[in-house]
Amino acid sequence: MATTITMPQLGETVTEGTVSQWLKKVGDTVEKYEPFLEVSTDKVNAEVPAPVTGVIKEVLVKEGDTVPIGTAIAVIEEVGAAKSEPSAPSQPAQSSQPTAAAEDRFSPGVQVASANGNGHARSENVVPSSYGASGGLAQPMDAAGMEEALRKASPAVRKLAREHHIDIRSIRGSGANGRVTADDVLTAASMGPAAAVGQAIATGTNFGATPPPSFAPSRPSTPGTPPPSGTSTYGEPIPGTTIPLTQARRIIAERMVESKHTAPHAWSMVSIDVTNVWKWRAREKDRFERETGYKLTLLPFFMRAVVESLSVFPLMNAKFTPDGIYVNKDVNVGIAIGLATNLVVPVVKNADQLSIKGLAIAAGELIDKARRGKLGADDLAGGTFTVNNNGANGSWASAPIINAGQAGIVTMETVEKKLLVQDDDSFAPRYVMNSCLSLDHRVVDGYVASGFLADLKKRLEKMGPAGAL
Amino acid sequence: MAVTAGSKVLNNVEAVRETLYEAMKNDDRTVILGEDVGARGNVFLITKDFINEFGPERVIDTPIAEASIVGIAIGMAMEGLRPIAEIQFADFIYPAFNQIVGEAAKTRYRSNGEYTCPLVIRTPYGGGVRGALSHSVSIEALFYHVPGLKIVAPAFPADVKGLLNAAIDDPDPVLFLEHKKTYRLIKGEVPEGHYTIPLGKANVLKEGKQLTVVSYGLYVHWALEAAKKLEDEGMSVEVIDLRSIRPMDKTAILNSVEKTRKLLIIHEDNKFGGIGAEISAMVAEEALFSLDGPIRRLCAPDVPAMGYAEPLEHEYMSSPEKMADAMRELVRF
Repeated sequence: MATTITMPQLGETVTEGTVSQWLKKVGDTVEKYEPFLEVSTDKVNAEVPAPVTGVIKEVLVKEGDTVPIGTAIAVIEEVGAAKSEPSAPSQPAQSSQPTAAAEDRFSPGVQVASANGNGHARSENVVPSSYGASGGLAQPMDAAGMEEALRKASPAVRKLAREHHIDIRSIRGSGANGRVTADDVLTAASMGPAAAVGQAIATGTNFGATPPPSFAPSRPSTPGTPPPSGTSTYGEPIPGTTIPLTQARRIIAERMVESKHTAPHAWSMVSIDVTNVWKWRAREKDRFERETGYKLTLLPFFMRAVVESLSVFPLMNAKFTPDGIYVNKDVNVGIAIGLATNLVVPVVKNADQLSIKGLAIAAGELIDKARRGKLGADDLAGGTFTVNNNGANGSWASAPIINAGQAGIVTMETVEKKLLVQDDDSFAPRYVMNSCLSLDHRVVDGYVASGFLADLKKRLEKMGPAGAL
Repeated sequence: MAVTAGSKVLNNVEAVRETLYEAMKNDDRTVILGEDVGARGNVFLITKDFINEFGPERVIDTPIAEASIVGIAIGMAMEGLRPIAEIQFADFIYPAFNQIVGEAAKTRYRSNGEYTCPLVIRTPYGGGVRGALSHSVSIEALFYHVPGLKIVAPAFPADVKGLLNAAIDDPDPVLFLEHKKTYRLIKGEVPEGHYTIPLGKANVLKEGKQLTVVSYGLYVHWALEAAKKLEDEGMSVEVIDLRSIRPMDKTAILNSVEKTRKLLIIHEDNKFGGIGAEISAMVAEEALFSLDGPIRRLCAPDVPAMGYAEPLEHEYMSSPEKMADAMRELVRF
């Protein structure tokens, strides 16, 4: 058997050695541990002992040559095994093996490993398999798979999906175990919104429980290309085309028609001086957000006043039934939240039992869930009265449609700074907000409604400018 | 290797030697002290013959007493000299811990800026050389918690010279870590003459799109090797050589992670509480919404030391293969 001798490492930091002298030549016999060559490095000179007993068969490095540690320098034919095997070291075969094994190990099933070994694996790997050459969606995912994709989405994927208005659940992932990667989102975005939408619709996404995705196209469709059928987009409407109805849109439409046709709406408005509440909120809002993580808006103050007024005017917390007016036991206040493509009205249960702080947190949670599409059926059921904070964009008055099955809906309009004449005839800059009420005239008349509004106004004007929330 | 005019090819040992020699030559305030730095010329022959040229007052053989080596050097530094103290192996630095952490790092603060401590502590560290328990250790994580102390760990000869010059010029203490295995393994072009590389600046060695790899010292070379291998497989990996551990180049790391969205930190020091932990926390704090995968760390296992037996050493150390595996897994995540 032939043993290949390699350049030894003589010293911790030595990486190469010079053969200074061969002490044996080809054909000489060496005993195990007998020095058979001298090696010099920049640190030491040393004699190198033979690791086996045998005959020097080959000398591979000349005297004076410097080679890296581990380089083959000689071959010794062991005594008693004179029948020579091929003396070529079996190294090439060995070294290629781990590489092949590694290739194998890292070729997951989804990836087409290229046979030539020179890896065009990347293209297979990066292009999401759901997008064929034609740019259409491949196999739809089942609902569980879609939810899994959403659950596993990384922060980058969530952010990109939000920015590009893409529903993560509609993308087929190219990452490990089908994970949706950031690149997948960008690829989907670059393909336009149409491809992605149909899927969410096709799986029967429910209005409310899981709001359908919002898709603002990142670019308009190519002129001349008809919008794909069975899909729907919001955002940039294309003149001359019909936008198919989403499930959510259809339900909103039906409910609005039902309410407006069955409940005769009457309307009233008051102007409320909210200066003290405004100052109170300004004083508390930073600390509140720091402590709870939720923004402190005017909404919980308003809701507090509403539930107090409802307790004085229980007929406003009632509903019309063929058998009579049912006066609700509980005070469950719905909050109308406009999302990009639909409207949801989650409900704060037993709102009359919550402080301003409690209302702020409860409303904050619901708003947060609504924006993340996480509202459950429970969150949306049981409302007895509705508050609509639609002043954020500057609306000064509005005539809201009542949520079917309730007696009224009240709005918060924009807060404006105005010069008001005070009781003592002085002028003062004050913050003023209009509040509008739509009422179901079958349940209550103007007398009750204006009493409710006047009470609400009085309560809000008495709130603040300090106190415990 | 083609050599540019005005530069020559050196290995890391030679780069240290040349830099120290020029510092001794150019500034009379420079003093070298440590075990065997004089007559023996350092165990790696870095200061060979220095004592003959500069004399035993500037090239001082000390007793085997690390606390004294650093303590004396601190006094020299505070009183106007430019001492370069050597701890023969990083494994022996522990007796000097109090002097480094309790004294040197706090001198400027304690004296309200009246005194500074322009001290360089050089020490060879790291394993992969069959150094066993007392010649293999990585010490950076023990010291990087300490404000007032800079830590440098270059990987290339040109960086060794530029950063060692910067460390010598710096008015505050710098711990200068030299990876033993790179000493004669790594060669590269080194410009002639005096130049500095700013402390706290990382170097993007290879640009890539799918993964950021941050490392330092010996592992930078292996990471680069692994990244190049992955390039052949169609994966694009960016490799950042930290060079300075503290101050840390947060900008370079964040910029890269914002581009690649994935991060792998590789170091030879233990994982728990290591440099990678700090980088992970920093990226999680400042770039959460760039992350498209878990931040991963490839580090030494939490065992007390590197074993002498070859299989134990291999188990403890990373390798280009282990690095390539970790990189592939993250790229494909």
